[in-house]
Amino acid sequence: MDTFLIGLMAATLRVATPLLMGTLGELFAERAGILNLGIEGTMFFGAFVGFVVGGVTGSLWLGVLAAVLAGMLSGLLMAFLSVRLGVNQHVSGLGITLLLTGLSLFGFRLFYGEPRIPPAIEPFSRLSPFGQTPVLGPLFDQYALTYIAFGLVPVVWWLLYRTSFGLQIRAVGENPEAADAAGVNVYVTRYLALCIAGGLMGAGGAFLSLAQLGAFTYGIIAGRGWVCIALVIFGNWDPVKVLWGALLFGGVFDLQLRLQIIGLQLPYETFLALPYLVTILALAVAGRNAAYPAALLKPYRRE
Amino acid sequence: MHAIQMRGITKRFGPVIANNHIDFDLMRGEIHALLGENGAGKTTLMRILYGLYHADEGEVRVNGQVAHVAAPKDAIQLGIGMVTQHFALVPTLSVAENVVLGYTGSFRVNPQVARQKVAEAAARFGVEVNPSALVRHLSVGERQRVEILKALYRNARVLILDEPTAVLVPQEVDMLFQTLERLRQDGLSVIFISHKLYEVMTVCDRITVLRDGHVVGTVDKAATSQAELARMMVGRETFGVARQERKPQGEVLLRIENLSAVDEKGLPAIKGVSLEVGAGEILGVAGVSGNGQTELSHVLAGTLKPTGGRVLVGDRDLTLADPAQVSGMGVGRIPEDRHEGAIGELNVAENLALEYLGEFITAGMLDHQRIRRHAEQLIAEYQIKASPTDRMRTLSGGNIQKVILARALSRNPQVVIASQPTRGLDVGATEYVRSKLLEQRSRGAAVLLLSEDLDEVLALSDRIAVIYEGRIVGLIPAKEADLEQLGLMMSGAREGIRVEA
Repeated sequence: MDTFLIGLMAATLRVATPLLMGTLGELFAERAGILNLGIEGTMFFGAFVGFVVGGVTGSLWLGVLAAVLAGMLSGLLMAFLSVRLGVNQHVSGLGITLLLTGLSLFGFRLFYGEPRIPPAIEPFSRLSPFGQTPVLGPLFDQYALTYIAFGLVPVVWWLLYRTSFGLQIRAVGENPEAADAAGVNVYVTRYLALCIAGGLMGAGGAFLSLAQLGAFTYGIIAGRGWVCIALVIFGNWDPVKVLWGALLFGGVFDLQLRLQIIGLQLPYETFLALPYLVTILALAVAGRNAAYPAALLKPYRRE
Repeated sequence: MHAIQMRGITKRFGPVIANNHIDFDLMRGEIHALLGENGAGKTTLMRILYGLYHADEGEVRVNGQVAHVAAPKDAIQLGIGMVTQHFALVPTLSVAENVVLGYTGSFRVNPQVARQKVAEAAARFGVEVNPSALVRHLSVGERQRVEILKALYRNARVLILDEPTAVLVPQEVDMLFQTLERLRQDGLSVIFISHKLYEVMTVCDRITVLRDGHVVGTVDKAATSQAELARMMVGRETFGVARQERKPQGEVLLRIENLSAVDEKGLPAIKGVSLEVGAGEILGVAGVSGNGQTELSHVLAGTLKPTGGRVLVGDRDLTLADPAQVSGMGVGRIPEDRHEGAIGELNVAENLALEYLGEFITAGMLDHQRIRRHAEQLIAEYQIKASPTDRMRTLSGGNIQKVILARALSRNPQVVIASQPTRGLDVGATEYVRSKLLEQRSRGAAVLLLSEDLDEVLALSDRIAVIYEGRIVGLIPAKEADLEQLGLMMSGAREGIRVEA
């Protein structure tokens, strides 16, 4: 049972990694007042670009960097549409998801045709600082990107609550008129927030293709982007609370895999649905007191 | 020495000229009023000075130098600060965070250091605030002080205040005036936008009057009078409506007994309110916004169910009546938010018929001919500047209010509930609405007037009730009302004396 529990915990950290990256990204966007529904497509695009660049150059880290840049580009596009042009954020976000999903699939065919076995690369290997030490060993047997994702939580917190940039983001997402009157450039702040957000989403996608799978498949993101949006609400737009949400979802996701292996007499779809059911439940409970950023979804225009 | 010189400022919004070649001078160390009706162009001019709008023509000089103010950031750099009518504060941030926002100096922001700096600035300028409080927990007066401090913290030497007293109770107004006096002694210049003559004459050194986007003139306080300013402002001699004193009070038509109700959040908003309004009487309910007036008017209109108490019109119980029953029983309602009382996408004729659709049915169908004739008649009678087929949303605020007035009053209701009937209207429309309410009174209707505008309550009411935190804290005949006493009651400082007038 101990090994079961420790294995579950270790895997939870792994499964939570892309969620955490995506959620921290979405949190940046939403704190600045932009709901970025492009997250699902941006993660998919990040997974694809990371995989291609990693495969072509042979450097996985170059792949990650390319995925981050690709994500930032997607953030820029979102910013252009929703901040500059003031397009409805639902429309522009979903549009970006459709665009980037299509673009990635198209690119994939250009590069790889239609192989029967998905092309694979040698993924990142894990760091195991504690080697075979009983509990700590397996627990810390993680990818570098996982360490980075969890390390990002205090960094994001610090950026939001201890810097002028974070203060501006929080102000712009609550009351852009007030921020503008105080001399904050609302547009620049939102552009930057969306770029950072996109970069994090891209990295989250690249983790899946370059670390966890070592491959790129059509279903690689499988709704994780939407889960991230739910986790932002679950975490009440707070980077630390968001961490617990990612761990909870990661835990349930891995638990269902393990339950399938144990061989309970239930259709496997039941297990597959479990994480999403937990998300809905958690949202129903946490979402009731959700304190949405007041300017979310509202394009800002000086009169 | 000039702090600000604006020359030939012109600003157009489509076909409308909001500012037409305006010249405006501000000296160092003076409090200068910009006086004018709503829509005269005061706020537009100041928004140009602060970089929120860009002038189509004209030149701005700050301390004698030509200045290009493209954004508020530039204005701040030039030592200009603005406190707008709608406070530009972020409610979820602390006072200190709001003050330093956009002016942090370094990338790192240590909350403790920020609080300390803000506390020091507050002490230096004599503006009383608590740096660690969240803005959403502050009263309106406190928020305004945060705004002023915000400007001063950015080294403002020119402070623009856009109708700063509109939201304050009289005591807060006094405090504001003391602050301004102190700042003037420190050599700052203040631009005070207002349409209240009394205040302008109290606190300002010079007054520039705007009308329809033009400068009517600039006068020294010592050399002018309220009457002259009023004349300059509206371009005619008469100002305000005349109310005839009348003795008799007829039978009680509206009786509110121990009424209670909760607000949107489920918190008690009115707590045991009892009022009686007689035939031929206007009972004014004075109070600062948010003390239960909204909920009271909703209960009386039938759109909010009370949690206790009764509402009687004549001898009929309307406590739990729905809006249709309320209007059917002869209650005319002028809602607080006029956009709530009218449907923007429907035309004027349809809006006018809306409460009485049953009367316009012929053979089971709406009779558009009759709806239209009905509208034409009311449009003429109430001087509405619109045609029956105009969509409601294309009308100006004053005309929307006239449509609502026509609908509510054309049936000669026994009881009229008027909530903030002149809020946001210009002087002409305001006078019209007030004269119509007085007409209802002469006709013998019982009028309950809920208004945050103390001048309005004083001008129209026979008796004045003061509402504070959902309770009636005073009820006095209008003749005996004095401003200070009302102000104290409105701010909850003193329980009023109940006088049955």
